Amino acid sequence: MYDVIIIGAGVSGCSVARELSAYNRKVAVLERASDICEGTSKANSGIVHAGYDAKPGTMKAAMNLRGNRLMESLSRQLDFPFRQNGSLVLCFSEKDRDKLEELLEKGTKNGVEGLRIVEKEELRELEPNLSGQAVAALYAPTGGIVCPFGLTIALAENASVNGVEFHLDTEVKEIKKLEEGYRIETSKGVFSSRTVVNAAGVYADTFHNMVSGRKLHIVPRKGEYCLCDKTVGNYVSHTIFQLPTEYGKGVLVTPTVHGNLMLGPTAVDIEEKEGVNTTGQGLGDVLERSGLSIQKVPAGKVITSFAGLRAHEDGGDFVIGESEDAKGFIDVAGIESPGLTSAPAIGEYVAELIQKIIPAEKKEDFIEKRNGIPSMAEADKEKRQELISQNPAYANVICRCELVTEGEIMDAIHRPLGATSLDGVKRRTRAGMGRCQSGFCSTKAVEILARELGKDIGDITKAGGKSVFLTGRNKESDE
Amino acid sequence: MSEKKENKTELTCIRCPIGCLLTVTERSDGTLDVEGNTCKRGEEYGRKELSNPTRIVTSTVRVKNGSHFMVSVKTKEDVPKGKMKDCIEALKGIEVEAPIHIGEVILSNVAGTGVDIVATKSVERR
Amino acid sequence: MDRKAEIVIVGGGPAGLAAAAAAYKRGIDAEKIWIIERDKELGGILNQCIHNGFGLHTFKEELTGPEYAARYISQVKEIGISCLLQTIVVDIQADADGKKRVVAMNRKDGLFEIETEAVILAMGCRERPRGALNIPGYRPAGIYSAGTAQHYVNIEGRMPGKEVVILGSGDIGLIMARRMTLEGAKVKLVAELMPYSGGLKRNIVQCLDDFGIPLKLSHTVIDIDGKERVKGVTVAQVDENRKPIPGTEEYISCDTLLLSCGLIPENELSTGMGVTLNPVTSGPVVNESLETNIPGVFACGNVLHVHDLVDYVSEEAENAGCHAADYVRRMEKGEGGKAAKEAKEAGKEAGKGKEEGGMAIPVKCAGGVRYTVPSLVRPSCMQEEQIIRFRVGNVYKNAVLTVQFDDTVVMKINKRVMAPGEMEQIKLKKSKLEEFPGLGEITVVVEESRL
Repeated sequence: MYDVIIIGAGVSGCSVARELSAYNRKVAVLERASDICEGTSKANSGIVHAGYDAKPGTMKAAMNLRGNRLMESLSRQLDFPFRQNGSLVLCFSEKDRDKLEELLEKGTKNGVEGLRIVEKEELRELEPNLSGQAVAALYAPTGGIVCPFGLTIALAENASVNGVEFHLDTEVKEIKKLEEGYRIETSKGVFSSRTVVNAAGVYADTFHNMVSGRKLHIVPRKGEYCLCDKTVGNYVSHTIFQLPTEYGKGVLVTPTVHGNLMLGPTAVDIEEKEGVNTTGQGLGDVLERSGLSIQKVPAGKVITSFAGLRAHEDGGDFVIGESEDAKGFIDVAGIESPGLTSAPAIGEYVAELIQKIIPAEKKEDFIEKRNGIPSMAEADKEKRQELISQNPAYANVICRCELVTEGEIMDAIHRPLGATSLDGVKRRTRAGMGRCQSGFCSTKAVEILARELGKDIGDITKAGGKSVFLTGRNKESDE
Repeated sequence: MSEKKENKTELTCIRCPIGCLLTVTERSDGTLDVEGNTCKRGEEYGRKELSNPTRIVTSTVRVKNGSHFMVSVKTKEDVPKGKMKDCIEALKGIEVEAPIHIGEVILSNVAGTGVDIVATKSVERR
Repeated sequence: MDRKAEIVIVGGGPAGLAAAAAAYKRGIDAEKIWIIERDKELGGILNQCIHNGFGLHTFKEELTGPEYAARYISQVKEIGISCLLQTIVVDIQADADGKKRVVAMNRKDGLFEIETEAVILAMGCRERPRGALNIPGYRPAGIYSAGTAQHYVNIEGRMPGKEVVILGSGDIGLIMARRMTLEGAKVKLVAELMPYSGGLKRNIVQCLDDFGIPLKLSHTVIDIDGKERVKGVTVAQVDENRKPIPGTEEYISCDTLLLSCGLIPENELSTGMGVTLNPVTSGPVVNESLETNIPGVFACGNVLHVHDLVDYVSEEAENAGCHAADYVRRMEKGEGGKAAKEAKEAGKEAGKGKEEGGMAIPVKCAGGVRYTVPSLVRPSCMQEEQIIRFRVGNVYKNAVLTVQFDDTVVMKINKRVMAPGEMEQIKLKKSKLEEFPGLGEITVVVEESRL
């Protein structure tokens, strides 16, 4: 019997796991994918929102503010990339100025620090590449950018090091409420636990509804993005939002914490919970709407595009807490934007809830620091030499676009909850994230994965399951 | 068949990178007339493509104890176009022991063509 | 570890090899020429191009890629040129005194620097990825660049798929259509966005026609299906603006999508050191000596502009090797034996180079000509015959190729057909240029014949 089972190894689940890992309890995370960070957490804007957007008094507002304040120290503790670059919400017409004021007021009520309205001239100085259509903007100095994979993986690794079990490739099929606790049937057998944390993203309603009569309904809201080459990574320095206009909800233009430029997302409600395909319409919209914010959208510099699904609950707010008619079943549902920002706060909040249900002692040997994979690309000469002297594989460059070496890939594979797929390597090291999008390095990374995991290259996948790269040997046709 | 019919075939000469557009006219008496070529090789090609088309076939075979998994090979000379698949089929299951030297015969008289398969790369012993 | 060289060549593929051998023949000591190669063996992409068709120009015989490479590799080895394998150049800096510092690393030596007079950029090119094409759909396994598939089939002996659709009719895609068919896969279709193929005609004949593989021009992939592995793609016809035409969509089930949609010169190192690129070729802007805007930095092969035939890569690289050797000799003379003056003298020399650059005559494009390499010519530095290479932007039947010196037509050639997939060249005579003192510009024009 586990004390806590967390369903879903996305950023919310991993944050809860990490917070719980500081206490003496038996905790497990069940994840249906072959890796952590495979759902909503891997395909989003990577923005640390300042907190002016959410309606005062909501869970979203509270979690956003707290999450934003925790992020910086967490990034130092767990060694993931985060930068407070500040954000701007552009207002495109004098008519809309009251909306900007409203936002300022909301933000101030929520407790966001440093908010102010900037006028056209100052705006131009702050961001010379803006389109010139903006008449004013709300400036939020506490807005930031984070690597969503970096954050999620760091939380998970640290939780794992501190004793949380991660069961990957383990899909939850059925949850039954027992006398005491819950019985969870999965693709890898049955688990039972005193409490359950339901952090299952777009599937959180399905699991909630298995044990509760107070139904939740989650709509997958698709967002499509375009990611541009690093050569235009400093096209803007702040995260640029748009006030909603008569043409719809705006898209953002932002530098990423790794120096790319990102455009998006669209927002389209869809039926299918697996519909992470991009569409011609969506990608076209992203490029077109970005043009409202910036002059000359660098469409020719797009290196990849992707789509993610936000878990939008009908009520519009995060649903975090113990279900009234299912004691010990704690929902972390409807975690759409600002979910990534809120993750550290959600972890803290849920850990407090669990402490009330199953009080436990804090571990004396809790390891609160985690070191990320050293990056050759970011290292200076001395650091590079030091890494190479520790392991000569750090001198063997695998991904030339992002300067990722064999040493980093080996580290990614062998660290706690290490990479087992090409996408896993990519999210941990950035190998294949550059402008050639793994055209050059994928074969080498696959080879290293096979070697380090003691597998045949034919068994290495892109992202687990049936996503194999190879279908057989030469001259082995079926006929 | 004494009908005075001429068959015209359009071809792209592949004897050199220029890629001349050839028109090969097959006369009723069976003779071939090539136009559009800029050199003699083009004329030869046009005639050959209609009478007896041939190709070089390239592939790879597995290597045992080599610095590489595979060694690249080719038919030493042209083989009839229709025999290409047979040549590949004949290489199925062949494994050669390293070291292998460039030009070394890997399989002689492939698919009864009278042409040998030779290595196009040297592979050292591991 | 610090090393000194006279010429450092970045890349040990066909361009780097030929440049090295030529520099040696032009009088540079073998041990002063360094080839730095990322892979574990020399030869570059030729190692995986196991098909025949190489070397007809250079050796008057038809070789496979590995055989072609082997000829240059044995030359370089016999000469005794220093080759660093599995070594990557991280950075190149041009100092004020004209010297260059190449920062590289490998497993054995760690991070190190080589000081050199001249650098030859010979890094080759890479394939345009799916992202740059912005093809909508899912992102499953089974989408490869043609070159990645070529690596799996030819180097690893593994098949990346059984039922294949190829987007783009670039040469590697065409070659892979034949390779995968022969090795047991079913290639269902090659779709090409443009109304003409980007590949060589002989590849269309030998790789598609021979096997009955359909080529659909003015078609593209508009959707990719399959969550884990590719299950199919939707192909549609495009209009003259390359936009899909509604109603022409066709779903083709397949487990693999190969992309052969163009090659992009790999110039991160070049731009990092301040080399100016030509936006059309994505390669450095060079003069008649294949020298970039930084004196003593030369470029050749696919890093300069994407070639159709390796024979021309070798030829161009030999030129670059010779010019680099000449540059090194000039620098030596410039030193005048006095070490103290070295920096100043070299600086002067570099300055003079710039003045000469100022007198350079621009080679401009008109009509169907997309670019020329070189795009600058200094008559004083020309050899008697100067090759100007270029490509056209469309298919031209019965084309007229003219070269104009300012407004005077000095060359006029009729061409039966010109296509974007094939590189063209003209030869300028130095003696002819000398007949036009004060010449402002040279223009290369391709037009449809009005006859």
